[in-house]
Amino acid sequence: MTPAALVPLVVLLPLLGAATALILGRHRRAQIVVSTAVLAAVAVVAAVLLAEVDRTGTGVTVAVGAWPAPYGIVLVVDRLSAIMIVISALVLLGVLLYAVGQGVADRHRETPVSIFHPTYLILSAGVFNAFIAGDLFNLYVGFEILLSASYVLLTLGGTGERIRAGVTYILVSLVSSLFFLSAIALIYGATGTANMAQLSVRLAELPQDVQLILHLLLLVAFGIKAAVFPLSFWLPDSYPTAPAPVTAVFAGLLTKVGVYAIIRSETVIFAENDLTPLLMVVGGLTMLIGILGALTQADIKRLLSFTLVSHIGYMIFGIALASVAGLAATVYYVVHHITVQTTLFLTTGLIERFGGATSINRLAGLLAASPPLAILFFVPALNLGGIPPFSGFLGKVGLFVAGADAVGGTDAAGEIGPGTSAPAWLIWTVIAVGALTSLITLYALARFWNMAFWRGRDELTGYESVLLSSVQEAPDGGVVTATRTTPWLMVGVTTGMVVLTLLLTVFAGPLFDLAGRAAENLRDPSVYVSLVFPGGVG
Amino acid sequence: MSASLTLVVVMSVLFGAGIATMMERSLTRVLIGFLLVGNGVNLLIYLMSGTPGLAPILGEDVDGSEISDPLPQAFILTAIVINLGITAFLLALLYRSWWLAQLGARGDLVDDAAEHVEDAEETADLIRSSAADDRAVQELIDASDEEPDAGGDAEPEASEASEASARRGGRRRP
Repeated sequence: MTPAALVPLVVLLPLLGAATALILGRHRRAQIVVSTAVLAAVAVVAAVLLAEVDRTGTGVTVAVGAWPAPYGIVLVVDRLSAIMIVISALVLLGVLLYAVGQGVADRHRETPVSIFHPTYLILSAGVFNAFIAGDLFNLYVGFEILLSASYVLLTLGGTGERIRAGVTYILVSLVSSLFFLSAIALIYGATGTANMAQLSVRLAELPQDVQLILHLLLLVAFGIKAAVFPLSFWLPDSYPTAPAPVTAVFAGLLTKVGVYAIIRSETVIFAENDLTPLLMVVGGLTMLIGILGALTQADIKRLLSFTLVSHIGYMIFGIALASVAGLAATVYYVVHHITVQTTLFLTTGLIERFGGATSINRLAGLLAASPPLAILFFVPALNLGGIPPFSGFLGKVGLFVAGADAVGGTDAAGEIGPGTSAPAWLIWTVIAVGALTSLITLYALARFWNMAFWRGRDELTGYESVLLSSVQEAPDGGVVTATRTTPWLMVGVTTGMVVLTLLLTVFAGPLFDLAGRAAENLRDPSVYVSLVFPGGVG
Repeated sequence: MSASLTLVVVMSVLFGAGIATMMERSLTRVLIGFLLVGNGVNLLIYLMSGTPGLAPILGEDVDGSEISDPLPQAFILTAIVINLGITAFLLALLYRSWWLAQLGARGDLVDDAAEHVEDAEETADLIRSSAADDRAVQELIDASDEEPDAGGDAEPEASEASEASARRGGRRRP
């Protein structure tokens, strides 16, 4: 079997699995077996693909239905795609097991329906399809698949709170999809193709102002999905109301699909149209505005949603640098952020079960009550805040070093790089904002740690502190539920995810090398073009 | 490439009307606006396929100028299918949101034995009534003005308000 035969499997397996799980709607155990097996299989397939792609150096392409490249649909797996698929499959598998554990314990109280597993698998198929799409329209279809599934997952159970949050999310997503589709129509009108590799060549021949308009249209569509300031307003309001596993997978993956699309649009599609200064400003503002929002949140889920928005800014900064070092650090940071953000949301789910609330004003004494839970929160919190030696620190240092190198016009290898069109003061400002954001993230999470874990249970009533003077409750007042038993599977999965974040730290060397090789391919769009068109673009 | 002026005008009207409708607070109108803009985008894609009126596929040995580009038509078909699915989901969401605004979570527990029957019958009347949508929207707006979280928790107040306004008949403006 050639590696190319494996590529369609990453989309086909989840889709077939979803159909099977839907048929088996009345047999819950069978559903669990099917969806777990499918995602595990995808993880294995993706790992094989990653090894193969990294060995050959460029990538694998498949022309679906044997239609040749510019006419048919091409699936492309290069190093970046393979890395994204592997980490997504692992995270999706982890969250699925967590949801299974929760479902077993709650007897379906919160996810009462047999459609959870099929929808979840369709969401996975959409995510994977977006990662291997070789043309813009297929990317759009991938987005729509994952969005449709996410609408269902977000409004699961149809409670008033979820419907309210779901309406915001769905309308914003619809608008972004309309932007995306309009952009595709105009790009197709201007170039006569939707194939990304061909676009890379043909768009470069257009006048700069036409390129700029098409570029911005596409960036707005992707920016809404990636939650980039000022298009991020919808996220902190809609994610926290979903069930814990759903929030975790949304936070970890969905925004990163948007980031992935931005990487592709900057490095392949619009490689010749430079928006570096704009992206830098937007990245810096995303970091700062996002984290300032996090400061005033009493509810840990909303706090984490704001840190999620804020840390997207780091990735945008890395993309804006457009150097090998910057892109390598971005790829590493994306992988780090997918795992650590998902883990924190999973831990929050445990806190909610254990402490009966998610508000900083209602939680106390968790350290004494459950030391293991404290560790599960503490490690990823430090990681997200960027404390050495964790992967969050390594990723941020990588980005800052790449930024500093870009000022001097050299990349990490000491060679004179292509330079960057951003002025030096802008780069230094964004680096400073990044460091500040990291500190404020740490402050917000440490404050939650102090209150929820260190503060004694008996201090809770009438507690007054300057730390809590500025926090605001969620609009719904924060969920207060009875404490519930926490099944070992949920704790086990969360522990596994924490271990995964630690592995990213331990194996940071090889991972950074891999990200560097992926970035070298990204830096030069002709690598991608010659991968899709080995004989040159016709 | 020559485009049909009619199609350009229709597309602009669809975009303009759709965006204006999407700005409304009523979810039904947002849905209608989405459908209009969605069709506007489809027309935009269609405009990109070259001279209108030609067949997309005519077999082999055909000059490129004799056929119109088939790819945009494939795009439109895909987009229509996606829009259909999303519209179906939006309708369900809209109905659910309307139901919650009318009866709150209590509406899910209506049975024959309880006094909720009146609510249920009234709901059935509202469903049949064509003015129900406007009224429900007005309820939503009123309820959200008075009670920030009237979506789920404030069901007694919300349903009482709905009874009151149903008796009054007609629409209220704040």
